[in-house]
Amino acid sequence: MDENSDTGFRVGRREVLTTTGTVAAALCFAGLPAVAQDSGRSNAETAPGPVTVELQVNGQPYVLMLDPRTTLLDALREHLALTGSKKGCDHGQCGACTVLIDGRRINSCLTLAVMHDGQAITTIEGLADSGTLNPMQAAFIAHDGFQCGYCTSGQICSATGMLSESRAGMPSYVTENLAQARPELTDVEIRERMSGNICRCAAYPNIVAAIKQVAGS
Amino acid sequence: MKSFTYERAATLARAAAALTKTGTKVIAGGTNLLDLMKLQVESPSQLVDINRLPLDKIEDTPEGGLRIGATVRNSDLAADSRVRQRYGVLSRALLSGASAQLRNKATTGGNLLQRTRCYYFYDVTKPCNKRNPGSGCAALGGFNRAHAILGASDQCIATNPSDMAVAMRALDASVETVNAKGESRAIPITELHRLPGNTPQIETTLKAGEIITAVTLPPPPPGVQIYRKVRDRTSYAFALVSVAAVVDAAGGRIRSARLAFGGVAPKPWRVPQAEEKLAGASASADTVNAVATAVLDGARGYGSNDFKIPLTRRTLSAVLAEATRT
Repeated sequence: MDENSDTGFRVGRREVLTTTGTVAAALCFAGLPAVAQDSGRSNAETAPGPVTVELQVNGQPYVLMLDPRTTLLDALREHLALTGSKKGCDHGQCGACTVLIDGRRINSCLTLAVMHDGQAITTIEGLADSGTLNPMQAAFIAHDGFQCGYCTSGQICSATGMLSESRAGMPSYVTENLAQARPELTDVEIRERMSGNICRCAAYPNIVAAIKQVAGS
Repeated sequence: MKSFTYERAATLARAAAALTKTGTKVIAGGTNLLDLMKLQVESPSQLVDINRLPLDKIEDTPEGGLRIGATVRNSDLAADSRVRQRYGVLSRALLSGASAQLRNKATTGGNLLQRTRCYYFYDVTKPCNKRNPGSGCAALGGFNRAHAILGASDQCIATNPSDMAVAMRALDASVETVNAKGESRAIPITELHRLPGNTPQIETTLKAGEIITAVTLPPPPPGVQIYRKVRDRTSYAFALVSVAAVVDAAGGRIRSARLAFGGVAPKPWRVPQAEEKLAGASASADTVNAVATAVLDGARGYGSNDFKIPLTRRTLSAVLAEATRT
């Protein structure tokens, strides 16, 4: 899961520029035609030029040259080869693309990479610590919180963000007393707070159990 | 998605100036706009990103209300302690909308300006007078379960999908804007959204180059605040019918009531004549019936959404029962 976190980046066929530490943006230009093809419909004659985007992904800085249309999800998957974040619906309905930006969970398919210039992004690849699964990942395995696994990275990133929100005292629609400083994370609360993550295998009972274990620890 | 140029606005004036150009759109959360751009329902030639402008504060007003910056995220607004304690209907309405991930991104201004979720508006292969003026309305004779029973026209029967705006309507919020000349104005929220009439493509009274900067809430009105939302599933779904209510009652008798309805009209729906019927009344079955009849004055179904008329009555009845229970 964390193969890229310490070793720098394998530069694949379609990557523009990937490196750790200091980067030379000029290197990017070699990859531009591929970028233009990557992002949506080709408007070769009228398309505005690529823009420079610096992202801090899982603690590593990357400078990319991207078509402005590139979603954060496509930047992660197609340009940084971080394919843990999944493209399910690509319309913000399924949650498979959930990542954390400055610690907050969002749908990476419904935002442009260029809007997040300079921000810290955590993907599923960044949750484990030097090869050791983080507690949420371990709990999903212990409770069998998945079947096919396609939604799992989104579920785990979402659950991680959800616990931060809960610990910060954020209410949910099912919180009976809105004035309560820190609503207890009951099963009903967990289900409501996780409703943006769909699991077609319906592993929900086990997902709730996994999250509850981490919430209580 | 069609290509566009991207500009991160350095100042509000710059953003407003850019917005006067045809084809330019402001992007904040982007959760609705980018969805529509992927489908080419929206194809702006330029996006102006206002996320880094200092519009993300919630401030107390001297009058005892709140001034909510346009880029305050829906989740932050819902969780603000002042909103939770004094404007519970707004917090609850926000929390009933979308998913946690979307609320973390979606903004106050963007929520007000989000487009309808009419399936035919989203489907570029279908006629839609809102998307393509003059092409017709596929919803009129189509599957219109989600559609309006009030305020629609023979050109468009789409609903406004916002929960937040319904609560803000009940709270008599005011929408602040600025234009490229630096002139600001305050628009009562009831005047922000237009009815479709013959021009369903024009959804608000904002002028070219006008940007929403804040929403101001007056001091909270007395009474209990309730947001009740009826939908096809219990989370992460748009309202079929919703009611935002502020009801001041004691001993079973209502002093005053405000009732705003969502999911039933092209804008948050409020009927002063209906509210007047509650002043000084008890929430008896007769009163509730009379109030519902006043709310539904002119209501009509289009086939699949006929159920919304009785559903509105029942939802209102449940809200008034809850409001007068203590």
